[in-house]
Amino acid sequence: MESQPHIRDISGNTALDEAQRVKRFEERIQAGERIEPKDWMPDVYRRQLTRMISQHAHSEVVGMYPEGNWITRAPTLRRKLGLLAKVQDECGHGLYLYCAAETLGVDRSDLTDELLSGKAKYASIFNYPTLSWADIGVIGWLVDGAAIINQTPLAKCSYGPYARAMVHICKEESFHLKQGYEIVTKLAQGNSAQKEMVQESVNRWWWPVLMMFGPSDSDSSNSEDLMRWKVKLFSNDSLRQRFVNGSVAQAKAVKLTLPDPDLRFNEESGNWDYGTINWDEFWQVVKGHGPCNRERMRMSRKKHNDGRWVREAARAYSARHPEK
Amino acid sequence: MSLNAEIRGQLFNYLLRHADDRLVLGHRLSEWCGHGPMLEEDLALANIALDLIGQASLFYKLAAETEANGRSEDDLAFLRDSAEFRNLQLVEQPNGDFAYTIARQFFFDVYDVLFLEQLSLSTEAEISAIGAKALKEAQYHLRHTQQWMLRLGDGTEESHRRLQDAVDDLWRFTQEMFVPDELDHTLTAEVIAPDLETLRSSWQESVEQTLREATLELPEDSQYMTSGSRGGYHTEHLGYLLAEMQVMQRTHPGAAW
Ligand SMILES: [Fe+2]
Ligand SMILES: [Fe+2]
Repeated sequence: MESQPHIRDISGNTALDEAQRVKRFEERIQAGERIEPKDWMPDVYRRQLTRMISQHAHSEVVGMYPEGNWITRAPTLRRKLGLLAKVQDECGHGLYLYCAAETLGVDRSDLTDELLSGKAKYASIFNYPTLSWADIGVIGWLVDGAAIINQTPLAKCSYGPYARAMVHICKEESFHLKQGYEIVTKLAQGNSAQKEMVQESVNRWWWPVLMMFGPSDSDSSNSEDLMRWKVKLFSNDSLRQRFVNGSVAQAKAVKLTLPDPDLRFNEESGNWDYGTINWDEFWQVVKGHGPCNRERMRMSRKKHNDGRWVREAARAYSARHPEK
Repeated sequence: MSLNAEIRGQLFNYLLRHADDRLVLGHRLSEWCGHGPMLEEDLALANIALDLIGQASLFYKLAAETEANGRSEDDLAFLRDSAEFRNLQLVEQPNGDFAYTIARQFFFDVYDVLFLEQLSLSTEAEISAIGAKALKEAQYHLRHTQQWMLRLGDGTEESHRRLQDAVDDLWRFTQEMFVPDELDHTLTAEVIAPDLETLRSSWQESVEQTLREATLELPEDSQYMTSGSRGGYHTEHLGYLLAEMQVMQRTHPGAAW
């Protein structure tokens, strides 16, 4: 509570206060200052960031399943180590982000409950299956690559803990991209079965990856506040375009074809124009009707339920042995 | 290495045993990735798996060099059948619940620290180097699993029951770790390899102490105890593990990855 001299109309005064605080808050953001956990922030800002960071955390954690699917079948010792380390990194990202979300006053266990009840969302790309070893390369190259383009700007977002988490996470994502592209290259230069395997994988992943950037700007609601508050720094379409431009050259370098007959260079804009994204598919998957939504949720719930007795034991033990 | 051909052949087989232990156990732990009781434990189990598979790579690499027959470390890991694997039956046992995994890991870790302490004193420089590196990792693993033995044993009624069941079930796999065969005797005589017999009492003492502190009962020794792992005798589980692990190499012979 702040002391307020000469209060006459409490409600009026509070409203004025709120307006002043928002003004001050926005000035700080315009000046490039970071908002820190103890600073005042509008409720909408707090809610929006909590939603973004926790969704991001859920995505990292659920994202362990499609790739984890190949850890036991990785073709060499080096690949096995690389994949295991990568999936472990994603787990670390999840933990790191849950901590960042907690600075906004929420509890990790509540966030987990929201994920398990289906209330909270995670990146819909992880509702697609990994069907061949090539998918491990293609996910590293395209999915981590798209994530980097989405997340690098967030290292400059206005909320301190999230921005710092992004710096740390994007460094590791860059390594994942490199490792993924190396796997893809190896396959693209391999025998005919390997070449076929990697092209088939690119064909399956390309369009879902383009959907990772979210709906078209024309269909994307309420991003004006988010832009002004530096929670979102670039539009979905501009990030998607940046990704397409980069991927065309990378695909060409290893003689892979991106499955889009409309893909062509636009002299005027300097961009690669691409075909129409199937947004019906996108919304279907978001609403829970993708190829693996049920598997991912089942696994997440199983993990939670199977681990309950272990967490209870750990709590009971530390209650009885507070010194340890 | 300036060893005669006979010793080299023995050394190759010896290195395979210890590579196989680590690959198979690391593989089992890697099955936990994403399924652990909490994210912190997903990280920890993955760490241990990474260490073990990393150690396996070093042992296989040295084995391949020792054999000098054109086989690579991946050939050794992915192109041998169950009967050619020389790992302990303990490490190939399926994960079971978290208590089962912890008990299996604990029994191995206690042995591994003792084994690596000795291996790091090997007169063969490459072997002692791997031993010294792996020892640091194994000490960390042991601290971790020991902690969980206490937490689960002295946690709730359920965790205590689950861990006691696991300890009782796995006990039969523990004694053959300390039974040397001819190969062990030869390399021990050359001061290349540890004398397994001397590790037994330390292992027993250390395990007993932790079980006691974890309020668990020490299983009785009279039941069936396994043997023959080092000669290629395994449980039914290893074949499935290898089928899954080796599928890419078996399906695409000669491909580079
Ligand atoms: Fe990540
Ligand atoms: Fe990643």
